[in-house]
Amino acid sequence: MLSATFRALRRAERLGTAMAVRMKHTLPDLPYDYNALEPYISAEIMKLHHQKHHNAYVTNLNIAEEKLAEALAKKNLSQVISLQPALKFNGGGHINHSLFWQVLSPTGGGEPKGDLMDLIRREYGLFENMKNELINSTVAIQGSGWGWLGYNPTSGRLRINTTANQDPLEPTTGLIPLFGIDVWEHAYYLQYKNVRADYVKAIFNVADWENVTKRLHAAKMAN
Amino acid sequence: MAFEFKNLPYAYDALEPHIDAKTMEIHHSKHHKTYFDKFTDAVKGTPAENQPLEQVLKELDASKGPVRNNGGGFYNHNLFWLCMSPAGNRTPSGKLGDAVNQTFGSYDNLKQKINDAGVGRFGSGFVWLISNSAGTLEDNPLMPFAEKRGTPVFCVDVWEHAYYLKFQNRRPEYLNSFWNVASWKHAEEIYARIAH
Repeated sequence: MLSATFRALRRAERLGTAMAVRMKHTLPDLPYDYNALEPYISAEIMKLHHQKHHNAYVTNLNIAEEKLAEALAKKNLSQVISLQPALKFNGGGHINHSLFWQVLSPTGGGEPKGDLMDLIRREYGLFENMKNELINSTVAIQGSGWGWLGYNPTSGRLRINTTANQDPLEPTTGLIPLFGIDVWEHAYYLQYKNVRADYVKAIFNVADWENVTKRLHAAKMAN
Repeated sequence: MAFEFKNLPYAYDALEPHIDAKTMEIHHSKHHKTYFDKFTDAVKGTPAENQPLEQVLKELDASKGPVRNNGGGFYNHNLFWLCMSPAGNRTPSGKLGDAVNQTFGSYDNLKQKINDAGVGRFGSGFVWLISNSAGTLEDNPLMPFAEKRGTPVFCVDVWEHAYYLKFQNRRPEYLNSFWNVASWKHAEEIYARIAH
């Protein structure tokens, strides 16, 4: 979605128009009801997380992009640069949460199959090993951030990584996100309070390995 | 010298209805206590074990993750509890009061600046009033690698755990509520010691 915006901007510039063409980002619907991931993630959390937190990232991303378009049109480089934190934060928040809703499912859980499992076994030996490493890395994040199972398009290998705040995995590390775990406190606090580890372990019960596999296939095809 | 995990100087429900009892209880007995436990564990058998906490933070090596994160968390919350009270000292007075007016124009301006910094903070952190300005930081300002160094005088916790049970995503509302329980007594004492 972000790349479509930049293509539109460049198209507008080539046409010599001062006015930037921009497509607004929108909040995607969840592919399931708010209560669908219970008892692992409460309906209350899902509703707030989607309608308040993700929605705020979308709103503020649109505002930041509006300001970016103006700054670019006025060729105000200082302003363009000063907008980068807001773009990274809100753009990252939109990217991350859009992925998050898709990699969770009421029919998730269990273990992956096929080439995703092959890749996991090759890297970690056992699925349990990958799971434990991802859990430990994610729980250990200081403050707000995300735990990721990522794909290195150069080596074709899986890599567990974490990002701070709303930093999106691919732009900041080059790894393609396959599965992500939000550990901002808003993702679990109402239900799990300070016990982040219980939430991170529980989320594997709703991990949609089929969706994760689709992302792996897309990543392989693109590279 | 042993580090001490102190009780709150007031009951968990003493700041109601502005800050809820459940938050105060979990914030103190879980979050703060965990920082204390992990910090004392991390410094066990090292020289830091017998130093004052401020000194440990001032001489900190940024790479010492557990000491930094938990030492910071331990110190930050020690101060935060003293920045609130069930009653009294709602406005900075004395030398600190003068300094606030001189630097910010008025106490209202300072509150606005703290609110703006708190709302504008991406992610977790604290808002600090340090001996020369107000800004947001994650690291404690005593730490040598903090963005802005100085002596912490006053702080506000804007980690989500500080407000989520009652305010959910509404951080601005939490900050407004906070001012109803803000206490400047300890800040005045700190400032009186360091002001020339």
